[in-house]
Amino acid sequence: MLEHLRFRNPDLAKRVAEKIRETAPKKDVVKICHVCGTHEWTITHYGLRSLLPSTVEVIAGPGCPVCVTPASEVDEAVALALKGVVVACFGDALRVPGSEKSLLDARAEGADVRVVYSAMDAVHMAEKEPDKEFVFFAIGFETTAPSTALEVLRKPPRNLSFLVSHRLIPPAMELLLGIGDLNIDGFIAPGHVSTVIGLKAYEVFPKAYRMPTVVAGFEPLDVLFAIYMILKQIKEGTARLENEYVRAVSWEGNIKAQEIMQRAFDTVDGQWRGLGELPSSTLKLKEEHAAFDAREKFGIRITSGRDIPPGCQCHLIMIGKIRPTECPLFMKACTPQKPVGACMVGIEGTCRIWAKSQIK
Amino acid sequence: MKTMCLAIPAKVVKVQNGKALVDFGEVVLREVDISLVDVEVGEYVLVHAGYAIQVLSREEAEETLRLWRELLEAESSLETKQQRVQNA
Repeated sequence: MLEHLRFRNPDLAKRVAEKIRETAPKKDVVKICHVCGTHEWTITHYGLRSLLPSTVEVIAGPGCPVCVTPASEVDEAVALALKGVVVACFGDALRVPGSEKSLLDARAEGADVRVVYSAMDAVHMAEKEPDKEFVFFAIGFETTAPSTALEVLRKPPRNLSFLVSHRLIPPAMELLLGIGDLNIDGFIAPGHVSTVIGLKAYEVFPKAYRMPTVVAGFEPLDVLFAIYMILKQIKEGTARLENEYVRAVSWEGNIKAQEIMQRAFDTVDGQWRGLGELPSSTLKLKEEHAAFDAREKFGIRITSGRDIPPGCQCHLIMIGKIRPTECPLFMKACTPQKPVGACMVGIEGTCRIWAKSQIK
Repeated sequence: MKTMCLAIPAKVVKVQNGKALVDFGEVVLREVDISLVDVEVGEYVLVHAGYAIQVLSREEAEETLRLWRELLEAESSLETKQQRVQNA
């Protein structure tokens, strides 16, 4: 939007940084957690951490959809590809490691693996080549899940099915609060997921967990204001749900998208890479759409895999327990060119973002 | 930067059969699916992986700027006397 230039006003940034310094606690450290790779990118790219006083720490939670996809589901995609099915996936899903192989490895062995920009592209491919079987590896949070749902409800060509690997953000936030020694004091909730699920999806955090929660946009000023709003709540000793991203997020969210998701999917328990099984955290196609469920169609179900390679600290980085620079492999054995762990593969992975910003 | 949870604002230029031609501020117009939203020509949408996921309005953008001003102008009434002494 043309207004975006005003959303990057340096004078405003200076003033909000001053407010943050005034409001931040003087002694005790507060820990604010976001759960979105794009927030981490904004924070790292614009050097926002350097504007914060030493008592304010911002950590990155499991907000990279590719990173949290468990090895077992990558293994399913790889197995299908090696079986001769054309697997269509988003760009950064190509290199995400399975237990032994990534989809890129499968392609090197001759499998037909294609990168697409959207679910729609997979539909078009399947229409054009009716003699081949296609599977769309549907990774992503609530921002991406509605588009998969939409294509399923439109009755795609018979030679296309979906390996659904969608995950939901609020259950991951609840997991973080259950980790005793993480001590989170406030949440920055992800703006674009929230355009779909609405503010209402986070009501539980201030109510049941007394956790200040602010939905934020992705301009540097959005993030700074969200931090300020959380610090203000902490200082007041209250926990509220607030919306910094009013230009895109409403209380109800996108009801049309929510209804389409509900018609296509059931919410089920599911594995997250390195984090184990989270209750009601993943989506599965409803029984009536089983014809488009790649797992049903090809009788494939892999339930366990090797999520974390030896030495990799992805499981701790994904929950914000340690910083990438605290991993012994970071920028040594594990680089964007030759990634070891999923957090270095996903464009939204914390390690990948830190590597690209040359943080050492 | 194209990431999986990032959505990019674009202006709707033409609407036809559940699809729209949108302008991302580039020279070329792109086609996106608008089945998840109710949108008209001239409005802005957030586009994620080829699908518009929400409608933005100029008024709401103004609302953000208003919220920011309000936050900055609010007297920090909570500032304690002690801190004022420290700051002095």
